[in-house]
Amino acid sequence: MNLTLKIWRQKDAKSKGKMVSYQVNDISEHMSFLEMMDVLNEQLINEGQEPIAFDHDCREGICGMCSMYINGEAHGPDRGVTTCQLHMRSFKDGDTITIEPFRAKAFPVIKDLVVDRSAFERIQQAGGFISVNTSGNTQDANAIPISKHAADEAMDSATCIGCGACVASCKNASAMLFVGAKVSQYALLPQGQIEATDRVKNMVAQMDLEGFGNCTNTGACEVECPKGISLENIARMNRELMKANL
Amino acid sequence: MSGLFKSSIGRKVAMALSAIFLMIFLLQHFAINILSVFSADRFNDVSHFMGTNFFVQFLLQPVLIFGVVFHFVMGFMLEIRNRNARTISYAKNNGSANTTWMSRNMIWSGLAILAFIVLHFIDFWIPEINTKYIQGDVSGLLPDGNFRYFEELQHKFENPIRVGAYVVAFVFLALHLLHGFASTFQSMGAGSMRRAKLQAFGKAYAIIIPLGFIFIALFHYFNH
Ligand code: HEM
Ligand code: SF4
Ligand code: FES
Repeated sequence: MNLTLKIWRQKDAKSKGKMVSYQVNDISEHMSFLEMMDVLNEQLINEGQEPIAFDHDCREGICGMCSMYINGEAHGPDRGVTTCQLHMRSFKDGDTITIEPFRAKAFPVIKDLVVDRSAFERIQQAGGFISVNTSGNTQDANAIPISKHAADEAMDSATCIGCGACVASCKNASAMLFVGAKVSQYALLPQGQIEATDRVKNMVAQMDLEGFGNCTNTGACEVECPKGISLENIARMNRELMKANL
Repeated sequence: MSGLFKSSIGRKVAMALSAIFLMIFLLQHFAINILSVFSADRFNDVSHFMGTNFFVQFLLQPVLIFGVVFHFVMGFMLEIRNRNARTISYAKNNGSANTTWMSRNMIWSGLAILAFIVLHFIDFWIPEINTKYIQGDVSGLLPDGNFRYFEELQHKFENPIRVGAYVVAFVFLALHLLHGFASTFQSMGAGSMRRAKLQAFGKAYAIIIPLGFIFIALFHYFNH
């Protein structure tokens, strides 16, 4: 199929960017979206132009790097997939596809479609861990009984890959689905209880400091999340924060 | 506790608490207004009680005004912070793919309600304050000796432009509540089971109450 691509080009973090149109031809419907981008970049390199910078790593939906806002939706029109898992069969011959970086003040553009998501790292560092004494008398995690229900729910929360689609999709650029998932995965397990109070307070404080917006429960994040992280995680985080403050 | 309200989530909880308060008030306001459809006397009695009771006038009324002001000031602050969180907007954004119109436009439905509240204050509240506390007439009576409340109500709803404005305002209130009701409980951290039940109830509330107010306005327009 033949496609027109409108892509955000920006030389570096300081430059002003703009949308630029490109034409790609003979794209197979079996290609992934990123393979289509590879074809375009090869074309640009052959023409002596600067290829389009975009993030990617695993190309199998687990690393969360492939941040693209495609036709007005994070990771494009399909549900439960990252950009690398999106296939060209989701588009039609002759389509015009708009491709932009994830937009949020807390995710500044580095170049073209590449954004700096280290704000998520700093939120994690503020409390997204448990401290374990490894001096030799460490308790075996398997010796602590955990109900099936709690284990399943914690695992669901833990599947968040930190891709940032929730922030990109939210009209408020709120990070609450991500932070909710990271708070929840520990809040549901006995190992997470000791640091629970500090964890939720510190992670939320860091989230606010980074300049993410405030959740107004539109639910866009849940719909666009490639891992199906549910709004329940935000409700749980709100409960945890209220508990921590009372 | 003070730490809670400095955080984004804390402010959201405060927003939800003010919204719950307003939704309870709305129910009470509706319960009184609907009396006017069934019995002018009952409506007059209750209006006179509400209008002259010390507890209602000097405790509940200031709390209510504070609640309304708090809610929209907080709403504006939220909106400003949220707009600042994305300085460059998308060239193409498909909001309807993942959210409802109501959830994306709370600030606009809210502003429509605010405009209505201003009109409503000019229509009813300011004349009341004038009669009672400036003219000093707390009798609640017309020169002919009858209660004035029902008369005044009917008189207001003779004007089709006012009735139209009220109807439009209540449509916006319904839109505001269609997202707002369920949103409140999500903000308060209600679990998904409880939320599912509340959602159905919230939809009913968001439609029935504003529709009821519209009915009352039209009823008096056609029956004066
Ligand atoms: C005075 C004018 C008003 C303005 C400017 C206003 C504005 C707003 C804004 C900006 C929000 C937050 C958006 C969001 O969370 O999605 C909101 C939420 C809400 N408002 Fe209003 N509003 C007004 C009046 C009212 C009234 C009269 C009621 C009810 C009778 C009401 C009920 C709600 C509810 C239930 C919520 C959801 C709270 C939450 O998500 O926690 N609002 N309003
Ligand atoms: S919650 Fe979902 S959308 Fe947000 S970072 Fe995690 S995986 Fe991505
Ligand atoms: S490249 Fe790893 S999730 Fe897409």
